[in-house]
Amino acid sequence: MSDEETFDASAPNVIDLRGVSKTYGRGEAEVRALDRIDLTIRRGEFTAVMGPSGSGKSTAMNIIGCLDQPTAGSYRFNGVEVGRLDRKQRALLRRHYIGFVFQGFNLLARTSAVENVELPLIYRGLRQSERRPLALKALERVGLAGRAGHTPSELSGGQQQRVAIARAIVTDPAVLLADEPTGNLDTRTSEEIMDLLVDLNTSKGITVLMVTHEPEMAGYARRVVEFLDGRIASDSAVLEAA
Amino acid sequence: MFFETLKLAVQAIRRNALRSFLTLLGIVIGVSAVIAMVTIGNGTTVKVQEEMAKLGTNVLFVRPGQWGPGRSSATAKQFNDRDVVEMREQLRGIRAVAPLAQMSATVVYGNESRSTGAIGTDASYIVAQDWELARGRNFLDGETRSGQAVCILGKTVQEQLFGGEESLGKRIRLSNVSCEVIGTLEPKGESGFGTDRDDVVLIPLRTYQRRIAGNTDINRITVSALDGADTSKVQADIERLLRERRGISGGEEDDFGVADMKQIADAQAVTTGILTMLLSAVAGVSLLVGGIGIMNIMLVSVTERTREIGIRLAIGAQESQVLMQFLVEAVTLSLLGGAIGVALGLGLAGAVSVGMQIPFVFDLGIVLIAFVFSALIGVVFGYFPARRAAQLDPIDALRRE
Repeated sequence: MSDEETFDASAPNVIDLRGVSKTYGRGEAEVRALDRIDLTIRRGEFTAVMGPSGSGKSTAMNIIGCLDQPTAGSYRFNGVEVGRLDRKQRALLRRHYIGFVFQGFNLLARTSAVENVELPLIYRGLRQSERRPLALKALERVGLAGRAGHTPSELSGGQQQRVAIARAIVTDPAVLLADEPTGNLDTRTSEEIMDLLVDLNTSKGITVLMVTHEPEMAGYARRVVEFLDGRIASDSAVLEAA
Repeated sequence: MFFETLKLAVQAIRRNALRSFLTLLGIVIGVSAVIAMVTIGNGTTVKVQEEMAKLGTNVLFVRPGQWGPGRSSATAKQFNDRDVVEMREQLRGIRAVAPLAQMSATVVYGNESRSTGAIGTDASYIVAQDWELARGRNFLDGETRSGQAVCILGKTVQEQLFGGEESLGKRIRLSNVSCEVIGTLEPKGESGFGTDRDDVVLIPLRTYQRRIAGNTDINRITVSALDGADTSKVQADIERLLRERRGISGGEEDDFGVADMKQIADAQAVTTGILTMLLSAVAGVSLLVGGIGIMNIMLVSVTERTREIGIRLAIGAQESQVLMQFLVEAVTLSLLGGAIGVALGLGLAGAVSVGMQIPFVFDLGIVLIAFVFSALIGVVFGYFPARRAAQLDPIDALRRE
């Protein structure tokens, strides 16, 4: 897979997990974080993943984002078997198709908002003159046009999360993965962030997968998947189909 | 792409100003200390050798016991009047043979007194040492033979005792001998060993032996060769004559030494060489300590920055891109620190060489060693922990706090 090569965009399922397990440790100390889960996400869906802490929802999210690898099972992204990709190829997959938003924002400290947003573009090999307008546009998209020069410590939590979202969407990813994006924010700010995510989903057609433990936030999603003890306990899409 | 990586690295260096500064400081201190110390050490060695060489190679110094650091002349059998007489009669191509017996003694005039070097010799001493009288006259043969109480003062003694006052014809007391000042010497300055050669009082050898030393020993004989004479032949002749006179048989070692200033300086250079080695060792330790400082800061910073590595990996950086950034960062810091260290070290050595009036000896080897060593530490300890972090799954790198 090269930088230019694209995945099969005609595959209806962006994400397709079959019998995926993840265990930590060995022998007596073995912990089964994910237990043979099956999950399919279709292009353009807005899905909320819920469940108590330790239920495996974040682990599933990390595997989907290619930040972590499953111990067993098959994971196809846009029809491509991720298990067959090496480190380099997984990095390229993240670079071209996935945007991340974390609970802890994960911005580079002492680095201005626009430089943070530019970061993924640097690794895509864009020149400064090409990067800057794209980064500024992404910041404008999340409503931070006037804060490009501010460093994370000069921004509020909500603003930092907006910068993180701008960084995630600046590459026009197919999928946006958000792990508890409102976990560190107050209710009003959370609602603003959720409106932004919904807008990105509807207007740009980005597939959004969001982990949360707050039912109000899950309410913004069209589909809710609930995890419990490493398994999927319920899936609203399956219920509707039934 | 390399330019982008360099920009990322410079950006990271500027973002972590304090950490960068501390790393830089470690390199600068290590490099500059080594360079300054070794350069100063080398300068000192060259200075000693130059001073010695100035004294010329046509003057031979003969002493009981062999020349060289750690060798004593006090315990060996001393020379006597007969040795001097024989040398004067038998040696060819010489200008003067000067006997010398010396010890430190107190010299007193009026209320002034000082401890000085009392030298018992004769008129040939000034000739052999290529010394000039400032005023007055040299010893007369009659004065030497009969052991008259007369003396010639070195510049330091003369100034100390008399100040601006007339000294010729005055009587001073040297040890317990009251003697008349018949001459004063031109200043000769410091010797290569740092002793004041003008801090002396010359008196006739016979007077010295009878009234100060109480024996007939001669501690040194200075032989100056005629210009154009073969000094190595004169040296061999002296050795042969003295072996014969001191009854040393074929296989035995000399129990005396004959050497010109160059040879004495070379023997002495071993000592200054040891000094340079000692300085280098001290400098080496500071380089090592600087290196450990760099190592610590690099290790701590990579631990701190594991999350940063995780972020970069998560948004699509290749492991190799992250590593290249850290490598360029480490190289940039090391080169910068190394360059400042070299400049500072040479500057320091330059200032000291001006202050201590020693020559500035540039040693490219030590500059390279210091530079390469610290750069290597910076790179190795910047690179390898970063590689470990970049090889983690991104999520593990992100989880590190």
